Amino acid sequence: MIEAPDLSLAALAPLLFVFGAACVGVLVEAFAPRESRHPVQVAVALVGTLGGLVTSLLLAGEGLVTAGGALAVDGPAVFLQATIAGLGALSLLLFAERSLDPARSAFVAAAAVPAGSPRDRELMTAPRVQTEVYPLTTFAIGGMMLFVAANDLLIMFVALEVLSLPLYLISGLARRRRLLSQEAAVKYFLLGSFASAFFLYGLALVYGATGSIRLSAIRESAAGAGGGVLLVLGLALLVVGLMFKASVAPFHAWTPDVYQGAPTPVTAFMAACTKVAAFGAILRLLYVAFGTSEWTWRPLVYGIAIVSMVVGAVLGLTQTDLKRMLAYSSIAHAGFLLTGVIGYGSGADGTGSGLGPTMFYLLAYGLTTIGAFAVLTLVRDGDGEATHLSKWAGLGRRSPLTAAVMALFLLALAGIPLTSGFTGKFAVFRAAIDDGAWPLVVVALLASAVAAFFYLRVIVLMYFSEPAVDGPTVGVPGLPTTIVLAVTVTATVVLGVVPGAVLDLAEQAARFVG
Amino acid sequence: MDTAPADGLITSAWLLIALPLAGAAVLLLGGRRTDRWGHLLGTGTVVAAFVLGLLCTLQLDGRRLDVELFTFMATGSLDVQAGLLFDPLSAVFVLLITGVGALIHVYSIGYMAHDPRRRRFFAYLNLFVAAMLLLVLGDNFVALYVGWEGVGLASYLLIAFWHERPSAATAAKKAFIMNRVGDVGLALAIFLMFAQLGTVAYDGVFGAVGTLAGGTVTAIGLLLLLGACGKSGQFPLQAWLPDAMEGPTPVSALIHAATMVTAGVYLIARCAPIYDETPTARAVVLAVGAITLMIGAIAGCAQDDIKKVLAYSTVSQIGYMFLAVGLGPVGYVAGLAHLLTHGFFKAGLFLGAGSVMHAMNDEVDMRRFGGLASRMKVTFVTFGLGYLALIGFPFLSGFYTKDAIIEAAFDRGDGWGYLLGGVAILAAGLTAFYMTRLMLMTFFGRPRWEPGVHPHESPSVMTAPMVLLAVGSVLAGFLLVVAFPLEAWLTPVFGEPEAAEHVVAPLVVSILVTVVMALGVLTAWLFVGRREVPVTAPVRVSAVTRAARRALYADAVNESLFMRPGQWLTRALVFVDNRGVDGAVNGLAATLGGSSSRLGRTQTGFVRSYALSMLGGAVVVAGALLAVTAG
Repeated sequence: MIEAPDLSLAALAPLLFVFGAACVGVLVEAFAPRESRHPVQVAVALVGTLGGLVTSLLLAGEGLVTAGGALAVDGPAVFLQATIAGLGALSLLLFAERSLDPARSAFVAAAAVPAGSPRDRELMTAPRVQTEVYPLTTFAIGGMMLFVAANDLLIMFVALEVLSLPLYLISGLARRRRLLSQEAAVKYFLLGSFASAFFLYGLALVYGATGSIRLSAIRESAAGAGGGVLLVLGLALLVVGLMFKASVAPFHAWTPDVYQGAPTPVTAFMAACTKVAAFGAILRLLYVAFGTSEWTWRPLVYGIAIVSMVVGAVLGLTQTDLKRMLAYSSIAHAGFLLTGVIGYGSGADGTGSGLGPTMFYLLAYGLTTIGAFAVLTLVRDGDGEATHLSKWAGLGRRSPLTAAVMALFLLALAGIPLTSGFTGKFAVFRAAIDDGAWPLVVVALLASAVAAFFYLRVIVLMYFSEPAVDGPTVGVPGLPTTIVLAVTVTATVVLGVVPGAVLDLAEQAARFVG
Repeated sequence: MDTAPADGLITSAWLLIALPLAGAAVLLLGGRRTDRWGHLLGTGTVVAAFVLGLLCTLQLDGRRLDVELFTFMATGSLDVQAGLLFDPLSAVFVLLITGVGALIHVYSIGYMAHDPRRRRFFAYLNLFVAAMLLLVLGDNFVALYVGWEGVGLASYLLIAFWHERPSAATAAKKAFIMNRVGDVGLALAIFLMFAQLGTVAYDGVFGAVGTLAGGTVTAIGLLLLLGACGKSGQFPLQAWLPDAMEGPTPVSALIHAATMVTAGVYLIARCAPIYDETPTARAVVLAVGAITLMIGAIAGCAQDDIKKVLAYSTVSQIGYMFLAVGLGPVGYVAGLAHLLTHGFFKAGLFLGAGSVMHAMNDEVDMRRFGGLASRMKVTFVTFGLGYLALIGFPFLSGFYTKDAIIEAAFDRGDGWGYLLGGVAILAAGLTAFYMTRLMLMTFFGRPRWEPGVHPHESPSVMTAPMVLLAVGSVLAGFLLVVAFPLEAWLTPVFGEPEAAEHVVAPLVVSILVTVVMALGVLTAWLFVGRREVPVTAPVRVSAVTRAARRALYADAVNESLFMRPGQWLTRALVFVDNRGVDGAVNGLAATLGGSSSRLGRTQTGFVRSYALSMLGGAVVVAGALLAVTAG
């Protein structure tokens, strides 16, 4: 007789909410009449994610292992679930924007119609819009929330796939420049499967070495016999799989292409939420499962952090497309986040370590980056969004408010004081210094100095250059985008000026159970 | 050194920062609506801040008062309170910044009258004043750092104010990058203090610095010095300051002469308790000061651009201040006194140079000036007084404060003391030479004006601040050294002055300095004043002159040491990226425009190479991990 595993439904509420909404979304797609589908889908997805946000906030302070030990609902899980749900809701609002593009949506009306065919051209101007993307995205958000709570490697793998598959799909759904978008989706899919294979193989090796897939059991086994070569190889492959998702160099190659090709709201979603989820999993894997073999992975993460910061910052310098530039910025930020991961500290459960600062950084970066991509959706010319740098020349004169908002986000990304970016960087660097990793912080400061240069270049371009003759127009955002911009601007400023409360929250949440 | 909570008017010291900040916000957000009265608002906020600062200073009475504002970050071990520290040292800086700042705001009303973006200019100036006040008023290193970055940003915006000139854009970039190098040092010093002491508040750090290991304190001292060198244009980060003269002249006067560039001196003086613990770092400060003051003085002798001469002079004079604060307790007051008097006369000299440029259709080449003394009487007299104060003419400002530094150097008593004193005296001679050369080429001799130039005196809105600053240049030294000694005022900060044992009698030093100065003036007259000044710079000159013209090859060194390797790194990475893993940037147009077969071919090619790069990364990762465990 098989015993039913213990299930704490209350602790699972955020996941149930989001996955429930995703399932309802599928049903809506099947049964609701086409005209009313869009508003209903948006409402269902928002209710689901906001419900997930609220329920995870209510879980604050929880620390238990449930679902037969497969899920850990602890401080970091709850904090990151709330972050993902909140950022997911903001991204969904960007998805739902219908007043910017003359074609009424950023998503293709019928993805199966070949690009450039007569039918495709016909649909381009048709009022029909894509609605499957809402349940797909909600599934991805659910997968991410599961990812950060996974307490064994198999659940982690399942969550990885649940979050990845919808992402591959929705990256290919751009309404304009469809070939580029489809190319991005295929690339992302192929490379993502490749990375998943790494993860899976690592899982198998770790199971072979320790006889368990439970993180706590791996920890005990690693602390005892050590596990030898198999365990170390397994760790290496698991790390590669996760670093791919977090777009850390040298596993970053897909990032610029996919960020550029995907519809901008999807890029915003990927840049913010995927990063949070992937780092949640990295933190849990390294701190919980391999916390006792800290000295095995530390040099490695150290090196990867340096590579990622340098590659992101230096290659960002030569970009001429804003989406690609933000992609390299995301790679550099992944390196900065890894400096927080290095600050392992002394507490076995992650207290007093880089955990809290890293989570704060994820939240701050996520909010800022969604805001930055939201601004990108506003600036358009005949072909859709005008993302080439030259088009942004003199924007400060033509549209002062848009330029000022973008300048704020860029300053935050550069880590200038009084923005959330500074607070986050300060916190993670401090964690790394506390743990004696000051050479890493030297590199990080130099890299952020280099990176600051390309962010400021955009600001200079917007304010100090003559406007281009055939310059883009700045669209008037509808209600959804306005909400997103208002929330992200406020958060960027508040987390920079009075970050105390949120930093505190992250610090309190920084306790793993395992 | 006990800190008491603020009382009375000083509780509202935050208004000092808030006023100009609000001014900047109104001007930047208000847009064109504020064009008509924006400059008046900008000037008003700084004047109001000056009045408030003066009233606060009168109430201070030698105390150190802490103004609690709010908790910036408080989490676990990290606790940063945002608060202000109003003590005699910050009071002195507040008065300098708002006082000289207000005068320069007034001057700018006239100087920028015809600039279509005058409102924006005042907004940036206000932003600068607010950031600079935060820098000197913060009671912890994070607040100082925020202000430090803020003044850097304002300086960048103002150097690039006439960004349509490529040289201005390049200069701004250069200033930005060199400052970032310094900022990294400052940030690391703050992190190091925090890691070791668990606090970033001045009181906490200075109270506990004695418990640290010697090496750590030295590291902190050197990193702070790196920050100071970046901001203050000291060796080896001096090259940005002369280029920064591309900004409008009031900016050069306020930011790149009187206030911002002295932030490094403030930092080192404020961190006196740290340097007290580390003779090594203090010796490096001394060396930096001595080297810079010579570099600045030598380079200043061969420049033809009037603002560049003044800029190198600034570099050199700040070198004097570094030398002074590097001497330790005997030098702090001397260095700060020189900082204040320099603030007056150098701001006055720059405003005078601006007035000359105003008259000469923005010409800066001194070979195109000449004979202006009779055409611009007010400018000539005020500039002349600033000149006399700078070269240390007896009983003017520079005489008192520069002599004090040279005396303090001799007072070290050892061979180094004589060397430093000698260097300082020699540089005083060079100062007299290049400033006299500037005076002769600008105001005397035959006019060498471009055709169509009709010099005229500037409007009174510009000359009034020049007159006030000239009065300051004449009197400040006497007031600060003899009448109301700065030494007594700063006692609560630096402790009771020790009774100085003079190795060389002060009178001998004064006479020596005066003689060397006279020699400098005489040499300048022999070389420049007696002969006709060629309109184009002579090509066949000695190696020394060539080196001085190129500022002792500072740019060449920077280029070959930092810029080229940086460019190579970027190019190499881009090359690897394009060829190896990321052809899509360039392939984009081809991908879109090309036929489908080609599209398919390139596509698989890219993914394959991406996957290859991932595989390579994975192999490296696994290999590294195995190596770590094996080893």
